[in-house]
Amino acid sequence: MSTVKLTVNGKAVSVDVEDRTLLVHLLRENLNLTGTHVGCDTSQCGACVVHVDGRAVKSCTMLAGQAAGSNVTTIEGLAKGDELHPMQAAFRDNHGLQCGYCTPGMIMSAVDIVHRHGGKLDEETVRQELEGNICRCTGYHNIVKAVLDAAGRMKVAQAAE
Amino acid sequence: MYETNYHRASSVADAAATFAKGAESKFLAGGQTLLPVMKQRLAAPSDVIDLSKLQELIGIEVSGDTVTIKAATPHYDVAQSDAVQKAIPALANLASMIGDPAVRYRGTIGGSLANNDPAADYPAAVLALGATVKTNTRSIAAEDFFKGLFTTALEDGEIITAVSFPVPAKAGYAKMRHPASRFALTGVFVAKTKSGDVRVAATGASQSGVMRVAPIEQALKANWAASALDSVTIPASGLLADIHGSADYRANLVKVMGQRAVTAAG
Repeated sequence: MSTVKLTVNGKAVSVDVEDRTLLVHLLRENLNLTGTHVGCDTSQCGACVVHVDGRAVKSCTMLAGQAAGSNVTTIEGLAKGDELHPMQAAFRDNHGLQCGYCTPGMIMSAVDIVHRHGGKLDEETVRQELEGNICRCTGYHNIVKAVLDAAGRMKVAQAAE
Repeated sequence: MYETNYHRASSVADAAATFAKGAESKFLAGGQTLLPVMKQRLAAPSDVIDLSKLQELIGIEVSGDTVTIKAATPHYDVAQSDAVQKAIPALANLASMIGDPAVRYRGTIGGSLANNDPAADYPAAVLALGATVKTNTRSIAAEDFFKGLFTTALEDGEIITAVSFPVPAKAGYAKMRHPASRFALTGVFVAKTKSGDVRVAATGASQSGVMRVAPIEQALKANWAASALDSVTIPASGLLADIHGSADYRANLVKVMGQRAVTAAG
């Protein structure tokens, strides 16, 4: 057992876990942040994507101990109170989900994609960059639409700040 | 995953000392291979020693005709590096094609080389460019580093600290990606050194891991052009055959990826 101290969604937390604990299990089972999903558990599907120090990574492929001292943002940490993050709002408005299982990971990866590409984002880039996130409903069409829509909204939001 | 003890190393020397204390220790870098393997219970190290936060192992330096990438530098940083894009664009391009974006944020060059997966990308660049693998105890030439499937010249407890690549006159990389795993079904790295030598390495093709491709090297030495490979035949003996592709298919892929790599190199 080890004590892992990290910041999750802006809040400092300290959790006692077995050393073999994966970050995703610390989030879901110790912190009850069940928005982050486990899909394939083989590092392929991306349902478990969270941001660690600003980078979108697969939390099923990282030990909890590796995140000690880091800043972690999960899907629960994106909205500002009742106001959805522009990416969440765009997924809702464009119906960018069917069963919804992959959605948290899709949104966390998509926010990272917009951060990296900014205004230069086009459909082909979004499709390529989402290769680490799998939607088994095959709802990619509206997911891509939502990401492009959100990229525009995030630019506007950034300009307003 | 079986139980294990996690240690975050405070220095390379500390990592080596901690490794020696464990019954069956493993170094952990980006963890994009080791952790999935541990989750499948195919590996059960008593101790994992995390190297990924060691600042002395992170960074990229270009001096003269050498690009040095420290071992725990993630693929994303190599792909994005202006210095690498300028000095060896094929290497930045190769890094940008590994796995997916989330994997590239975590996976490292040192981890990839120490694991020496027969379908990994970096071994092709290291062998074709004639790079030198530096460890905490010595320097190992690319020729002497790769020893077959998942096997390297590294001693137990030896830590890769950096890889030095000589800047080539021209280089290119092309791979046929497995659509699910994104590993190379076959990938070929071609390089023309500044002294005029031609070196070509293929990954994902041979049963013995990354290999030089003599027929392509000879053809490109005579004429550096994709069309120079039209009449080249790659022998299928010793090549991998699995549900994804036969040995004959991979033999043809070595040639076709070689042609694409030359085109990419210009």
